Amino acid sequence: MKFFDLFRSKRPSSASIAKERLQIIVSHERRRPSTPDFLPSLQKDILEVVRKYIHINENQIKLSVDRKGDCEVLELNISLSDSVKK
Amino acid sequence: MIADIFNNKEEQELAKVVVVTSGKGGVGKTTTSAAFAAGLAIRGYKTVVIDFDVGLRNLDLIMGCERRVVYDLLNVIHGEGSLNQALIKDKRVGNLFILPASQTRDKDALSMEGVGEVIAALQQSFDYIVCDSPAGIEKGAMTAMYFADEALVVTNPEISSVRDSDRIIGMLASKTRRAEQNLSPVKEHLVITRYDPIRVNKGDMLSADDVHEILAIPFLGVVPESKSVLAASNSGIPVTLTDDSDAGEAYFDMVDRFLGQDRPFRFMDVPKRSFLSRLFGTQ
Repeated sequence: MKFFDLFRSKRPSSASIAKERLQIIVSHERRRPSTPDFLPSLQKDILEVVRKYIHINENQIKLSVDRKGDCEVLELNISLSDSVKK
Repeated sequence: MIADIFNNKEEQELAKVVVVTSGKGGVGKTTTSAAFAAGLAIRGYKTVVIDFDVGLRNLDLIMGCERRVVYDLLNVIHGEGSLNQALIKDKRVGNLFILPASQTRDKDALSMEGVGEVIAALQQSFDYIVCDSPAGIEKGAMTAMYFADEALVVTNPEISSVRDSDRIIGMLASKTRRAEQNLSPVKEHLVITRYDPIRVNKGDMLSADDVHEILAIPFLGVVPESKSVLAASNSGIPVTLTDDSDAGEAYFDMVDRFLGQDRPFRFMDVPKRSFLSRLFGTQ
């Protein structure tokens, strides 16, 4: 068995793969509680309001919640392409 | 004499509520609840273990008292029986009591106020109240953890179990009485069950260090994968009440660490085999 291990040792062990996958998913899911459920519908509403005045599509509006230190920051980005400028 | 000092101290304090939880099913919550409660009782603390798995109760089987259940937790909550009628006294350990779950009712019948009253009543006469949580994050599990002062987070060294435990740890920090009332947080303890050091050494299983690093809560100990766990449940005996069981010893180490004593960590390394047993391939 030990002899054959020499040939197999290059591949990472399944345990180290598991650990890496877990670290990624767990850190992702720990961040999630700060992202409110209402974000998609808020984005949709804002889009509708903005559309009353400017023609934009869904891709031009970006809404995100970030955590900076103790503060939560709700960030709204609306990019205006040249074609919609009045 | 030492026992007297302890008893006097206990009389002034309310019973500690310890939830045994995990998120994922089948990782050993009920085994741990039974073993831990029996261990606490043997160490001289008056202990009651409550089954919160309404509709799928099993603690009674693991404790070997399934034929003695008359009234259950929900009967007490709904005033159909008294707490004393529902409590089952263990026949092996004097200090140990079981409060079974209802097998017939729906888990929605488990009201937070009702459970709170039952726990408050039990706190008057017990030292430890061990709450055996059902799997999942439904009402039964949330009720089991709500009143907890401390939590045993039972995890298998396996990805889905670790991920679910992480979710549960998040809930212990946000959805419990201690969190809601801004009290000091629930004290968490990591219990890793079904641990196999040989597979860990081969790189086929997450190590206790890996799991500890990911979940980042204080580590209480490992329970080795052991035939004695199934043997104990087959006969309805908490594994801490069986003789010569590695898992039973591991649980006793954890009980003692939980009670604030120093115990060396065992069952984490591959057992050393003699030259002859290696040669002949026996254990």
